[in-house]
Amino acid sequence: MTTPVIDLQNVSVAYQDKIVLQDITLSVSPGAFLGILGPNGSGKTTLLRTMLGLTDPFDGTVRVFGKEPKKLKRLREKIGYVPQQSHIDLTFPIQVKDVVLLGRAYKMGLGKRPHNQDREAVEEALELVHMTDFADEQFGRLSGGQRQRVLIARALALQPDLLMLDEPTAALDVGAAESFYEWLHNTHKNLGLTLVLVTHDVGVVSRYVTAIACLNKRLVAHGLPENVLTEEGLQAMYGCDAVFFHHGKVPHLVVSTRDPEKT
Amino acid sequence: MIDLMQFTFMQRALVAASLTGAVCALIGVFVVFRGMSFIGAGISHASFGGVALGFVLNINPLYTAIGFCVLVAWLIGWVTEIGRLREDAAVGIFFASTMAMGVLLVSLIKGYQIDLFGYIFGNVLAISRNDLIAMAVLALLVFLVIFFFYKEFLLLTFDAEMAAVTGLPVKWLNFLMLTLMAFTIVLSIKAVGIVLVSALLVIPAASAVQLTAHFKKAIIYAVFIGVVSCWSGLFLSAFLNIASGATIVLTATAVFFICTFLSPQRRKMRRRIGTLVKTQNS
Repeated sequence: MTTPVIDLQNVSVAYQDKIVLQDITLSVSPGAFLGILGPNGSGKTTLLRTMLGLTDPFDGTVRVFGKEPKKLKRLREKIGYVPQQSHIDLTFPIQVKDVVLLGRAYKMGLGKRPHNQDREAVEEALELVHMTDFADEQFGRLSGGQRQRVLIARALALQPDLLMLDEPTAALDVGAAESFYEWLHNTHKNLGLTLVLVTHDVGVVSRYVTAIACLNKRLVAHGLPENVLTEEGLQAMYGCDAVFFHHGKVPHLVVSTRDPEKT
Repeated sequence: MIDLMQFTFMQRALVAASLTGAVCALIGVFVVFRGMSFIGAGISHASFGGVALGFVLNINPLYTAIGFCVLVAWLIGWVTEIGRLREDAAVGIFFASTMAMGVLLVSLIKGYQIDLFGYIFGNVLAISRNDLIAMAVLALLVFLVIFFFYKEFLLLTFDAEMAAVTGLPVKWLNFLMLTLMAFTIVLSIKAVGIVLVSALLVIPAASAVQLTAHFKKAIIYAVFIGVVSCWSGLFLSAFLNIASGATIVLTATAVFFICTFLSPQRRKMRRRIGTLVKTQNS
């Protein structure tokens, strides 16, 4: 049996006195595409941050490439991370190529200047996301979708084995989100990456992922999309009665039928 | 001006003004984009405690201020990290308490200490040879560290979370940045004073950002603006016989408004508005 890329055993996380994740056990195999679904405040981003070692669990064990996230050392170079864009200052005077190059800051070594191989990796990553023509543009002047592609290029510039994305389509319209997932699906296949995607977009994700984890503080369901995305599973995750619109076997859209007067 | 430059005190003042303008501007670009301006104000006011300690112990106040400011900078970083406190609250605690400590120490000094006012409001014309050597050593340290860890500080400033994810020693770099801020503030207090030094951390950097969208260019422009503002302020104060620290800061403020007016982005926006008005009128 192959060692899972990510392995969480009975993980619980709290912010101060509030428990945000409880007893999470899940694993991600090499080459898998895991979608983490859940409503707002369900702990999706916290789960990702725990996997990355940015948030410490108060209980349970986290292993990434077989090691604790804080003890990964050079193995960190195998992880590409695409955060939500909200924390980035758009007035920051930085060019697209430099944003991507900074993704390799640790790989270059402390106090070291970029070498040719670093610049080549930047060019390749920009080409992968079709942003080569924007290399000299200021990052903050790009559209939301273009900025997202640059942040993905920054993660890909590391030539990672594991790519983790947090709500990558939050700043995109429906059409752009569709093409983004199409691109992500192809990149997953072509580069043989292990992907972990956090999203609340049930419909689009279910068409591309190989496994789904439904989260609402606890892990409500985990497995193949067709086994997880049942009406019962989604009701447990969203915690309300809902109507599901289907494309084929899986729900495409979730609409709450709860009467707002009664809540 | 040539006559004035024959005096040793004026030559020292010019070197001190250059060092102050350049180093404040260099670190200021990182301070402005990391939102650390208030920490700058906090450390500079805390230096009052360090300076007063020097007077009480009869040691060069710059030396005591170095140790004191570095300690306060680290305490701000440490309290923020472990104390579940926002950075501004941590700054607020040390800002007031170290000033209070300074006032207390000053009240212990017997007799009138005119020199203390030189530290509070700055007097670039009264810098001694020893002060200048200490300033040059601190400035060299700050320049070397920024040069060496440029890309690390750039990533930490642009996206601290990503810096942590990629494996950079973020905590260590944060404390290093706080130490550099403390060094910069101490080397500048003789020239512009405890009360005004935080302005020099912010204004040249904020001016430079109006003129460019490149981080490296912003640093170069900020250093140029910082040095020119300090020189202009120094000569104006010498000719007009007015307070040097205040003149330097006010000159820098005037440069900020000029840069804002000349900002390429603003000019582009004005052109766009002009075109829109013309289109609507025709």
